[in-house]
Amino acid sequence: MTLSQVQPTRSIDARGMACPGPLLTLIGAIRAGQAGDVIEVLSSDAGSRTDIPAWVAKAKQELVQVVEEQGYARFIVRKAK
Amino acid sequence: MTGARVVVLGGGVGGTLLANLLSKTLKRDATVTVVDRTGMHVYQPGFLYVALDQADALWLARDERGLLRKDVELVIDEATHVDPTQQVVTLERGGALPYDFLVLATGSHLDRAAVPGYGGTHDFYSLDGAQRLREELRRFRGGRILVGVAGIPYKCPPAPVEFVLMVDQYLRDRGIRDKSEVRLLSPLNRAFTVESASSMVHPIMARKGIELTTFFNVESVDQAKGVVTSFEGESFEYDLLVLVPPHRGAAVIEASGLGGPGGWIPTDRGTLQHQQHERIFALGDATDLPISKSGSTAHFEAPVIASRIASLVRGSAPKETYGGRVMCFLEVGEGKATTLRFDYTHPPVPPQPSRLWHWAKWAFNRAYWVTVPQGRVG
Repeated sequence: MTLSQVQPTRSIDARGMACPGPLLTLIGAIRAGQAGDVIEVLSSDAGSRTDIPAWVAKAKQELVQVVEEQGYARFIVRKAK
Repeated sequence: MTGARVVVLGGGVGGTLLANLLSKTLKRDATVTVVDRTGMHVYQPGFLYVALDQADALWLARDERGLLRKDVELVIDEATHVDPTQQVVTLERGGALPYDFLVLATGSHLDRAAVPGYGGTHDFYSLDGAQRLREELRRFRGGRILVGVAGIPYKCPPAPVEFVLMVDQYLRDRGIRDKSEVRLLSPLNRAFTVESASSMVHPIMARKGIELTTFFNVESVDQAKGVVTSFEGESFEYDLLVLVPPHRGAAVIEASGLGGPGGWIPTDRGTLQHQQHERIFALGDATDLPISKSGSTAHFEAPVIASRIASLVRGSAPKETYGGRVMCFLEVGEGKATTLRFDYTHPPVPPQPSRLWHWAKWAFNRAYWVTVPQGRVG
């Protein structure tokens, strides 16, 4: 499946967010969602490049893709449990 | 009734300030009505100090009527439904309020039942909770204190960090710190969201012997066994558990179909208008904006909405937009604090903690009642 075929269940624009952070928003969205949901988070926070994959790994979720855009990145995560 | 009808749901920081600013700006061009369930205005940043026996509950609540300009009408009732097509708010006691502009300042609400086993777990996110925790801490003679976060988003993101640093000092002052373990269960991979602030706080925590567990998002509590478990799959035993309860948007938002996930209002980050209803604005905790839920956020949003509604009432194009401005204090113990100031495009660069910022926070808390609701500080 190509990226263009992955339709997010929910998309969150967290660009410019300094506090409480795109990662917190992602965690909240994953916890509120159903298994199989795909959450897309847009983040311009450089720390997200390490924080989001680290949390996804620890929480045993699935990082579908990270797409670099102009000035931000799109993190696409599937809720695994 | 003359002029535009502006209805504000919620008499917290944002709703009260907005009503006063609008009334002052528009005078006879608008009728401003605040609907508040209790008629009491509660200063929530004070809960932390009540829990740690540093303040009485007395100074935390005032009559909302006394904080509003005389020409603002106050309706003490609960809004149960909003009809954005008919532009009418329905009240619990059967009344109805038609509006030309509606401002949703309905805040965030604690949803303790969302955590399995939450039961009598302690928190300092309500006045009752803070007072109950204060009594529990007075009885505490040593053991393991865990401080964690049971739901995201939550208001005042620095509060759990402030609590562990301040409870450390509290235990030292009582001479029982050496019989106690203090551990912060952070939902992130650091103590606090803001990296620069975390870098500042980590060595302070280490020096004080405060343990840190990262990526721990509380999932459930087993009161009988005294065990808390995370979404990520870790568990810890405790003697005293202090959690930030899960938060949700207001019931009226969900009942009216005006909210998104969690009951948070889909809000334009610049204009602060509801994304589907141009005559509805939202501010403070109630929005889904990816910024701190704090009184400071509402404080900086209120003038933007007031200005935009005033322009619309007078037939000119609104110009002011919200840039994500937030400012908060961070207590680090030992009578010191720092400050976090940021917006959508500028991350915070906190100054070194000092007594000056601690006293600034204290002075702000004390001066709140005669400054913020009236719009005397910008």
